[in-house]
Amino acid sequence: MNWLEPILGLTLVLLAASLMFFFSLPQRSQGRGQRRARPRFAFRPIRAMQRLHRAIGLAVEDGSRLHLSIGKSSIIGPNNASALVGLSTLERIGMLSSLSDRPPVATTGDGTLALLSQDTLRAAYRIANVPDQYDPAQARLTGPTPFSYIAGTLPVIHDERISANILVGNFGPEVGLLIDASNREGAFSLAASDALAAQAVLYAAAAEPLIGEELFAVPAYLQSSAIHQASLRVQDVLRWLVILALIVGALLAFLGLL
Amino acid sequence: MRSPVAAAIAIGVGLVVLLGYFIPSIGDTSPALRDLLALRIYFIDWAVTLAAFATLVAILALVGTHWRKLRARRAPDRYSFFALAGFLGVFLFGIFAYTFSGNVNGFQIVVNSLQVPIEASLMAVLAVTLTLATMRLFQRRSGLLPLVFAGSVLVFLILNSGLLASVDIEPVRFLLPVLQTLPVAGGRGILLGIALGSIMAGLRILIGAERPYSG
Repeated sequence: MNWLEPILGLTLVLLAASLMFFFSLPQRSQGRGQRRARPRFAFRPIRAMQRLHRAIGLAVEDGSRLHLSIGKSSIIGPNNASALVGLSTLERIGMLSSLSDRPPVATTGDGTLALLSQDTLRAAYRIANVPDQYDPAQARLTGPTPFSYIAGTLPVIHDERISANILVGNFGPEVGLLIDASNREGAFSLAASDALAAQAVLYAAAAEPLIGEELFAVPAYLQSSAIHQASLRVQDVLRWLVILALIVGALLAFLGLL
Repeated sequence: MRSPVAAAIAIGVGLVVLLGYFIPSIGDTSPALRDLLALRIYFIDWAVTLAAFATLVAILALVGTHWRKLRARRAPDRYSFFALAGFLGVFLFGIFAYTFSGNVNGFQIVVNSLQVPIEASLMAVLAVTLTLATMRLFQRRSGLLPLVFAGSVLVFLILNSGLLASVDIEPVRFLLPVLQTLPVAGGRGILLGIALGSIMAGLRILIGAERPYSG
């Protein structure tokens, strides 16, 4: 079976890439040719994301700060996809709130992620034509171990006039302490993790938890481009294919054919 | 506008690493494929080395942040003194243990005996926080899902406590394995979704649609 796994993996990646290219085509030609206004939410509406858009707008208006915590997974570790999603979210939030008097602050629990989040914020401000707003202290490593990361992030939530806490990345169940701090400060909290234990905690504690693969849709919901819409459609198609494969496999096993 | 050079390098390196993962099954006899695998290992080694230095730089930045907070004219953070003193103490003790005395085990014991109780106390606070959050769940959410969540928490607390293990009644003996399969099935479902999401996030970065780096 070992020889089959990489071939299946390669097939899945190629299938996903081809479908993403295919689904992004009509959107592009529509944009060039007819120039029709695209609806703001072409995606399935997620209440948490609608509230996040509102929270970003409110933070810019009332001069409060947004806090984005992007977890503790290493960029060279197996959970790095959630870290990359966190970085993409940070870039978009940096651009959306570039007009704010108080720029957003990012906290991480990993050194590489801290440097990348500084780099991402710098890129976001440069794209938004406000490079002077960039301050490296806005993106910090708050602690290199899971609990020191949480302990170092708590003062940021309490002391820096945060109106919304966005937790997107790899967290353990200790993320409950961050959500509790956010609730105590009366701040909005949106949280998503790729770890099952953290998802259970977030469902119980966070105002707006995102469950499962919704984590990976966050950058797409903040940056509605053709390729993002296509990638979410492909994710849906692949999910149905996996469900079908599971049902067929179970039936075959039940009938004794597998 | 971003530099296309940085994106090209990122995409190229990403493709080499991804292909290198799939190649062993296709065949490793061709010299070109062997070179590609070697290149992939070089890239990953560089990334690991860079990550180690990045951690060091980020920790120094953390120390700098606490130093600035301590010296701030407006509302200086006095607690930063303890963070800096703790860092300096462990750093100097570590250098002494690793280079002069050679008593690394003693260093580890001292550090762990400080770190573990602090983390355990945070864990205790977390337990209380989560209990309260679960009790407040019904204030925040309405509908069937909070009921299912609270019900499953209760059921699995009872199941995993071992209270029903000694019960020798036919329906209970039948139901226990069925119930214990449910969280595994649910967990696998969520993990499959996360795996698909990871693939799509990776592809978006690989084709340059998302660039979580400057350049």
